[in-house]
Amino acid sequence: MTKKIDVDVSVLLDKLVTDLTPLLAINPVIIGIHTGGSWLAEILHQRLAINEPCGSLDISFYRDDFSRIGLNPEVKASDIPQDISDRHILLIDDVLQTGRTIRAAMNEIFDYGRPASIHLCVLVERNGHELPIQADYCGMTLDLRPDQQIKLTGPEKLSLMVGDLAAGDNQS
Amino acid sequence: MRQHLQYTDNGKLRHFLSIEGLKKETLQQILSTADKFTQFGQRDIKKLPLLRGHTVVNLFFENSSRTRTTFEIAAKRLSADVINLNPGTSSTSKGETLLDTVNILEAMHTDLFVIRHAKSGVAELIARHVPDHVHIINAGDGQHAHPTQAMLDMFTIRQYKSTFNELRVAIVGDILHSRVARSQIHALNTLGVHEIRVVAPNSLLPSQIERLGVHAYNDLQQGLEGVDVVMMLRLQKERMQNAYIPSEQEYFNLYGLTTESLAAAAEDAIIMHPGPINRGLEISSVVADGPRSVILPQVTNGIAVRMAVMAMVLGGEGNG
Repeated sequence: MTKKIDVDVSVLLDKLVTDLTPLLAINPVIIGIHTGGSWLAEILHQRLAINEPCGSLDISFYRDDFSRIGLNPEVKASDIPQDISDRHILLIDDVLQTGRTIRAAMNEIFDYGRPASIHLCVLVERNGHELPIQADYCGMTLDLRPDQQIKLTGPEKLSLMVGDLAAGDNQS
Repeated sequence: MRQHLQYTDNGKLRHFLSIEGLKKETLQQILSTADKFTQFGQRDIKKLPLLRGHTVVNLFFENSSRTRTTFEIAAKRLSADVINLNPGTSSTSKGETLLDTVNILEAMHTDLFVIRHAKSGVAELIARHVPDHVHIINAGDGQHAHPTQAMLDMFTIRQYKSTFNELRVAIVGDILHSRVARSQIHALNTLGVHEIRVVAPNSLLPSQIERLGVHAYNDLQQGLEGVDVVMMLRLQKERMQNAYIPSEQEYFNLYGLTTESLAAAAEDAIIMHPGPINRGLEISSVVADGPRSVILPQVTNGIAVRMAVMAMVLGGEGNG
């Protein structure tokens, strides 16, 4: 069973825009993680009025469970249009849970160059961390049962859905 | 039978032995995965961690430079450890059988064998012999198949042409001895091209070639009429003990691809060749180096396509 939870995503985005505004001083490069993170990155990129294009990452080739689950047939191309060496990165994802996606994303970012810093911004930070990775900016925190999954749906209208974990893998 | 050998019970690609028996979706997944791999050549670090900790053995019983090199680069770009072996005939002369050689290497924890052999069916024989966790990619077996070459050709066609189902393709030259041609024909049929023609003298056409779903032509001009893709084959002189052609000059006059003979093809037709090229025998230098030739892009594409096939056979089979 999947159901929409009673949270207005636009309110969370308002909070993030306020929290992120001071970061504009260091001229960050915005990079979203495919797919939910890329939707959010586009919106924040526009709301923060950043001129440089924003990048997107598909971390499929960097996942730590390739030997177990194989290649995602739907893998999208990563695209980071600018040189990120010595730049400050604002990395954006929809949900932070285990931290494995963020680890994979950081590995991929370093294959593009050596950034000056990486800041992590997520819409929802939930319980279930498996790595020492925390968000620097988050819209909300949430405690869920281990068998529950939270997912951002969109992109036309962004909503947060909570459901029982489907059989298979979860690597948020 | 062959289909089961190439797939696991869950339908994941396990070995890559021949295009024959592979589903259209598998070929499409190879092309789309290769597409993602082409961009990594432009990054600071041209490596992906997918096959870290895996060992790939290039086992080439028959000589090859570009196929072995591109397999090696592909495996290294995916962070695998790569060992190149060219046993030639020496190990068999020492009394070691083919399967002995494989057993020895397997005992060193090899995950993937890339195999080329002058005899048809060797890759399949080894695939039947190895345990579940070992994978086989056929890099050319006798006159049977060369499936990664066919896939890099398909990838190159897709780069330059819009959809497969409207294309007319001519394969020209030594069809009889060519494992490349057989794999190309299966791939083109599986991907649903409009028409496949083979063009060669009767002495270089296998009997009943039409059964593979192609139209056979003896005349080059007629065979090239209106085609969108011209796939040249190398004249395999080393495999010709008998007089398949009267003379090299006469072969070039009748079947060599020149600016004049190419005039029959569509104006935007692309020219392909799996290499190595016999200049002045099956193709003139002017055409091989000309603006419509995509021979060098074929070589570049070989890396991404071989990365895709390796990643697909070595990946796990959960539902991701």
